[in-house]
Amino acid sequence: MGSEPRIGVYVCHCGSNIAGTVDVKELTEFAQNLDSVVIARDYIFMCSEPGQEIIRKDIKDSGINRVVVASCSPRMHEPTFRRACQEAGLNPYLLEMANIREHCSWVTEDKEMATEKAKALVSAAVKRVYYHQSLEVRKVPLNPNTLIVGGGIAGIQAALEIANSEHKVYLVERSPSIGGHMIQLDKTFPTLDCSACILTPKMTDVGSHPHIELMSYSEVEEVSGFVGNFKVKIRKKAKYVDADKCNGCGLCQEKCPVKVDSEFDAGMGKRKAIYTPFAQAVPNIPVIDIENCTYFLKEKCHLCEKVCEADAIDFEQKDEVVEVEVGSIILATGYDVFDPTPMSQYGYGRLDNVITSLEFERLVNSAGPTGGNIVIKEGSAPQSIAILHCVGSRDRNYNEYCSQVCCMHALKYAHLIKEKTDAEVYQYYIDMRCFGKGYEEFYKRISDEGANFIRGKVAEVTDQAINEEEKGKLVVVAEDTLLGSIIRVPVDMVILCVALEPQPDAEAVARLFNISQSADGFLLEKHPKLDPVATTTDGIFIAGCCQGPKDIPDAVAQASAAAARVLAMISKGEVEIEAAIATINEDLCSGCKICSLICPYTAISFDEEKEVCIVNEALCKGCGACVSSCLSHAIGLRHFTNEQILAQIGGMLI
Amino acid sequence: MSVNMNKEASTWEPRLLGFLCQWCSYAAADLAGTSRQKYPANIRIIRVPCSGRVDPLFIIRVLCLGFDGVLVSGCHPGDCHYQTGNYYTRRRMSITKKFLEYLGVEPQRVTLSWVSASEAGKLTELLSEMNKEIKKIGPNRLFADEIRRNGTETSP
Repeated sequence: MGSEPRIGVYVCHCGSNIAGTVDVKELTEFAQNLDSVVIARDYIFMCSEPGQEIIRKDIKDSGINRVVVASCSPRMHEPTFRRACQEAGLNPYLLEMANIREHCSWVTEDKEMATEKAKALVSAAVKRVYYHQSLEVRKVPLNPNTLIVGGGIAGIQAALEIANSEHKVYLVERSPSIGGHMIQLDKTFPTLDCSACILTPKMTDVGSHPHIELMSYSEVEEVSGFVGNFKVKIRKKAKYVDADKCNGCGLCQEKCPVKVDSEFDAGMGKRKAIYTPFAQAVPNIPVIDIENCTYFLKEKCHLCEKVCEADAIDFEQKDEVVEVEVGSIILATGYDVFDPTPMSQYGYGRLDNVITSLEFERLVNSAGPTGGNIVIKEGSAPQSIAILHCVGSRDRNYNEYCSQVCCMHALKYAHLIKEKTDAEVYQYYIDMRCFGKGYEEFYKRISDEGANFIRGKVAEVTDQAINEEEKGKLVVVAEDTLLGSIIRVPVDMVILCVALEPQPDAEAVARLFNISQSADGFLLEKHPKLDPVATTTDGIFIAGCCQGPKDIPDAVAQASAAAARVLAMISKGEVEIEAAIATINEDLCSGCKICSLICPYTAISFDEEKEVCIVNEALCKGCGACVSSCLSHAIGLRHFTNEQILAQIGGMLI
Repeated sequence: MSVNMNKEASTWEPRLLGFLCQWCSYAAADLAGTSRQKYPANIRIIRVPCSGRVDPLFIIRVLCLGFDGVLVSGCHPGDCHYQTGNYYTRRRMSITKKFLEYLGVEPQRVTLSWVSASEAGKLTELLSEMNKEIKKIGPNRLFADEIRRNGTETSP
């Protein structure tokens, strides 16, 4: 900087907003006599073009190198006056504003006291600006590639939106195929669209899109960098099948002698040790489950290798770790379902024919293990089915929140049951939550179809019969709160509408990407109303059920929103780094690391070699919490230095 | 304007300094202005990015300079614009107040408040209340002799 501060003070009348209460002439004269003040002027509207010109002229012609504008709140016009300074060739941070309107003329009745207060505020601003330093707002270029983690409907939607704008997307999916939970569903409420029919075209688009690099059976291992410049390590797990050679004929799956429970069928059906999770998998490349494959367990059986005409089986294949560079990340890691085993009163896992909603989806799916036939364990069709709402949701013992979709899918089940069987359906509900478009109408339709609605949370599902009618049945015991009595209903099958929960590794994911979880374990959005897809880490967005339980329309809307945010960043092409950030004097730093523990943005790291802490200028947001915690007084905050603040305090005492 | 040490003088008005975080409390003060709410003129407000920026040593310095009361105001716990800054403020201020009380500074002189950007009324009420309370206990006597001797002009 070098040169001596030459301060110009500009007092705004703001029409009569300030001048009507504060004696602006007296104030200007007072300012003229303050230390280092070279020029003091007043004008009717400083923010106007002629007003700004006054400042610009003084900077250019009179060598003013510090500007104080006594006017409205800096939250109003600081950018305006900073721009004016910049246009005249003065660094925009060499400006300070004295708020003599919102904090003075507008809130003080007595004119003399208002003028005295304005003098104090101007004096403080003058004393402070003396110590202002030129600061540069740094801009860093933004990598236009995007990483999307999770290949369910939200991930797929976001990927297509961005890829269709001709920007590159890396889509990472943990399981062998994309499709998430949505592809497990049969029909979707309230339109009863076939889930696969609406999803598989999108899946195919993703699989063949020139701008989407799909990495299935892969997981993110490490993330570093900051918005616009992330480096991500991805582990592509060995499939033991050469993707370039495999033509998806399916012969290996057909011939494999090993059968295990299928995760995709929620345990209701089987798959082979070499498998694609379902027939319409994208990519249509099977993977070998080495925990159950005879070759990997006992080194016997090369059946798949023998029958493969494309010679695609490769038992020697290894995991591959790749590193990609992206500018933005969208997390669409979805949900898991609540396991009702701990709720022993419902008999899940103990009693036959007590199943979860997801298991029922597979049962009723025409591509499922029973070809869409609703059957009980011994193979016959059920004559009565009970559907229990809120299992694990709205429950202080498990999850307090409502899972949003269960009332609706319960209605859907009633419809499908009525369509495929003659069974009686009993819906045990607390409230009917049919909030979306067409949802209430769907509820009316299902009620008209003859489903029985009983208001009461089920207390117990038992196989202990107390009369002839109950023998061999599952008895659902509940209080019908509208009747005010306890009723027992014998049924053949019980469907538990289980809660949507965060993925079991949500905490690990949050830590990996440096974002937070909310109290219920889902990933935390920046603001629930005004910013539901952003996170507090710039450049990382969330969409779909990983943020909280929601139905497909809302998941898609969030995915599109996240994609729009990413595209906005890409279109801008660069990211601005906050200039008023923390700085560490390495000579004074003792390496205690207290500052790095306090920083909510992990912007401070410890340099092992120098044994001092260092600030990552791209991550620091300039809050200053670290400054007040530093015991060595080694850390300062640009534009809010101790020197500046103490000068400001001193200036208030006139 | 010199420090008036005479407690009985009816013209004595306490001098208050406030550190208000720019996202919530400073915005509330602005809102008080836009809504033309009136409060005592003897409060001087300093903008900080976060209440967490307020070093307890500032509080000490402010009292040593002769101010009669200090206010630190930030976002409500849980709503800090920078996530956790106000949690540290809460802890620091709790210790600072206890420490100052131990040293003979009346607890009414140091106030911590959580005022969100929409709570202009809460802020103006608080300022009026502070003013009233400190008027009752009289001027700040910390280093009073030195102030009387040297005046309150201090170079930073």
